[in-house]
Amino acid sequence: MHRIIEKEQLSAEVFRFKVEAPNIARERKAGQFIILQMGGDYNERIPLTIADADPEEGTITLIFQAVGESTHRLALLNVGDSIANLLGPLGKPTHIENFGRCVCVGGGIGVAPLYPIVKALKAAGNQVKVIIGARNKGLIIMEEEMRKAADELIVVTDDGSYGRKALVTEPLKELCSTWAPNLAVAIGPPIMMKFCALATKEFGVKTVVSLNTIMIDGTGMCGGCRVSIDGQTKFVCVDGPEFDGHQVDWNNMLTRLGTYKSQEAMAHHRCHIDLNIEEGKA
Amino acid sequence: MSEKSREVLEEEAKALLKDSYTAKERASLPVQPMPSQDPKQRIHNMDEVALGYTDSQALLEANRCLNCKNKPCVEGCPVGIDIPAFIHHITQRDIKAAGDEIAKASLLPAICGRVCPQENQCQLYCTVGKMHKDIDQSVSIGRLERYVADTLAKENEQSVAKIAPPTGKKVCVVGSGPASIAAAADLCKAGHKVTMFEALHKGGGVLVYGIPEFRLPKAIVARELAKLTAMGVDIQTNFLVGRTRSIKELMEKDGYDAVFVGSGAGLPKFMGIDGENLVGVLSANEFLTRSNLMKAYDHEHALTPMPQISKVAVFGGGNVAMDAARTALRLGAQKVSVIYRRSENELPARKEEVGHAKEEGVEFLLLHNPSRIIADESGHVKGVELLTCELGEPDASGRRSPVEIPGSETFYEYDTVIVAIGNNSNPLIKMTTEGIETTRKGTFVVNPDTNETTLKGVWAGGDIVLGAATVILAMGQGRKAAKAMNEYLAK
Repeated sequence: MHRIIEKEQLSAEVFRFKVEAPNIARERKAGQFIILQMGGDYNERIPLTIADADPEEGTITLIFQAVGESTHRLALLNVGDSIANLLGPLGKPTHIENFGRCVCVGGGIGVAPLYPIVKALKAAGNQVKVIIGARNKGLIIMEEEMRKAADELIVVTDDGSYGRKALVTEPLKELCSTWAPNLAVAIGPPIMMKFCALATKEFGVKTVVSLNTIMIDGTGMCGGCRVSIDGQTKFVCVDGPEFDGHQVDWNNMLTRLGTYKSQEAMAHHRCHIDLNIEEGKA
Repeated sequence: MSEKSREVLEEEAKALLKDSYTAKERASLPVQPMPSQDPKQRIHNMDEVALGYTDSQALLEANRCLNCKNKPCVEGCPVGIDIPAFIHHITQRDIKAAGDEIAKASLLPAICGRVCPQENQCQLYCTVGKMHKDIDQSVSIGRLERYVADTLAKENEQSVAKIAPPTGKKVCVVGSGPASIAAAADLCKAGHKVTMFEALHKGGGVLVYGIPEFRLPKAIVARELAKLTAMGVDIQTNFLVGRTRSIKELMEKDGYDAVFVGSGAGLPKFMGIDGENLVGVLSANEFLTRSNLMKAYDHEHALTPMPQISKVAVFGGGNVAMDAARTALRLGAQKVSVIYRRSENELPARKEEVGHAKEEGVEFLLLHNPSRIIADESGHVKGVELLTCELGEPDASGRRSPVEIPGSETFYEYDTVIVAIGNNSNPLIKMTTEGIETTRKGTFVVNPDTNETTLKGVWAGGDIVLGAATVILAMGQGRKAAKAMNEYLAK
């Protein structure tokens, strides 16, 4: 059992939990993720990224958005409650070396898994510029942490309610042309990663993306997470989660992500009723 | 399989029971059919299909055994159960003694009695079958084994293993499937402190995520794991060796004196044909895991979704393909076709499973091989293109190899494709453990006598060594490795 020792609501549907998980905290590296299951026979297994970890304290930090029934139920837990099952760290760690100049782009809650990567790239001696973006001001997360970790932070919102009114791809393109980064890292909604990869391709900047596909076991057993990378089928859970963004078959991945759309929409609606939560309040 | 009810079968068997039989009478006793749920009903539930022998049926079937001196059946058993001895105890109505006899060699009779391919093992060698020149006339050893295990479980009379005094040695077992269960039990009995690491949130491995409830009730698996816990094995779920901790760290930092790897063959194969990543194409592992482990068949309660399926094509002809096809029917599919490139004779699935699938209405499209999967405009499967095959010369496996007939492509309409053509070995431990050598197929290289890997202190068994095999072969390997490990730890 994994006790929740801190809980913070970062925006309407985004939460931060600090959870006891000494085994995971000890081994995890930037880029890795966990699978969570809330006990019993019927709860689903959901992959979540690790935003931070403290091996001494034996804790990991999870940042998640309440989008489905499981994440809504998770959001209802409080400090002192426990999560039955946490498996990890999963996936290959980010390949870290001194590349020189790195631009890191985070969209929505994709900023959370980006944070340890930014820290690791800095620690390896890179110059790191970070772009974070969200639909509006309320959805911007981890701004302070990122400002401390990065050499430069650019904040954008779709609606201009905070920072610059732009999509993340605009400052990304500008940096590609004026700063000539050696590496780009983009983590966020699939459609954002797709357009970041398209943007950097023009400039020939190698781009790493972190995929969050549908997964059950997270150990290579089910193959539900498979994606097409440069024409080859790869499993996100064991071969990834990070891939060369220029090689991902984005359209296929986006279609596969929609496999259970109708079931998920129903579940989201149902859980707002069942759990007695107003829409927009997790 | 029988269309007669359990009550009728009991009456019929009872009428033939006698205190003693002449050799001739014995030879003419009819094989006892397995009472089963009616196919029309069972495709609407997940309950077990085979209901198990009645007392009189078991007694009668046991009396069909000739108790041969040379015991050819024992040769066919991967763990060497003294089959005539346990069957003789049944004829004496001493089920406890029968259970004790089985327990000397096998830890999982309730499971093996259900899922072992006895027709290729013990029953293949049975003298009674040979006498009738018909393997279907062999003594139903598996059904009797199940009867013994279930009877004792019902009476709560399970044989508890004796545990040697503590040796002070610490060992761990990676995975919690049949190979690991067998190894853990034998290591524990020798007095070592045993920890079992399972990646999933429930123990049992393929017995839990792969084999459906209607063929192996999960309560039975839970009962077997509870036996291990009662013996003193510490089962740790949510622990992925290779990621949560490496084998090297387990041995050097955490003080494990020896490691057994029974991590299975968990990496589903795909065919490499067009359309394999479309929405509506699932590996059998994914489909079965959703249904079995995650209980997605229970729409009312489960949070894990199941795809909406109506016309289902299952690629492959093994037991996993049968499990997937029969699960699809139970989930409400209107039409389910097993697509296999060879003919019925070559189907790798157990005859009994093929029979069950046919009774339930699964269609078999034999001598057909998929060439591509075709999408509708939304990227969802709308059908498959199949080539017709004919059988050519036998290949390396001894089976006649299928030859595709050029130009025979035909379109068939399906909305779901389940790929059940086998598994590759999971690469995680190999990727994260220096010194473990693997074959080209990714299975671990082991000493065939001891199952020790190329890394000192590490043994392996089950599908990670054999490729995709059976529960009992995995158990046999677990036991062989445990024996060698116990010798190593005694030094």
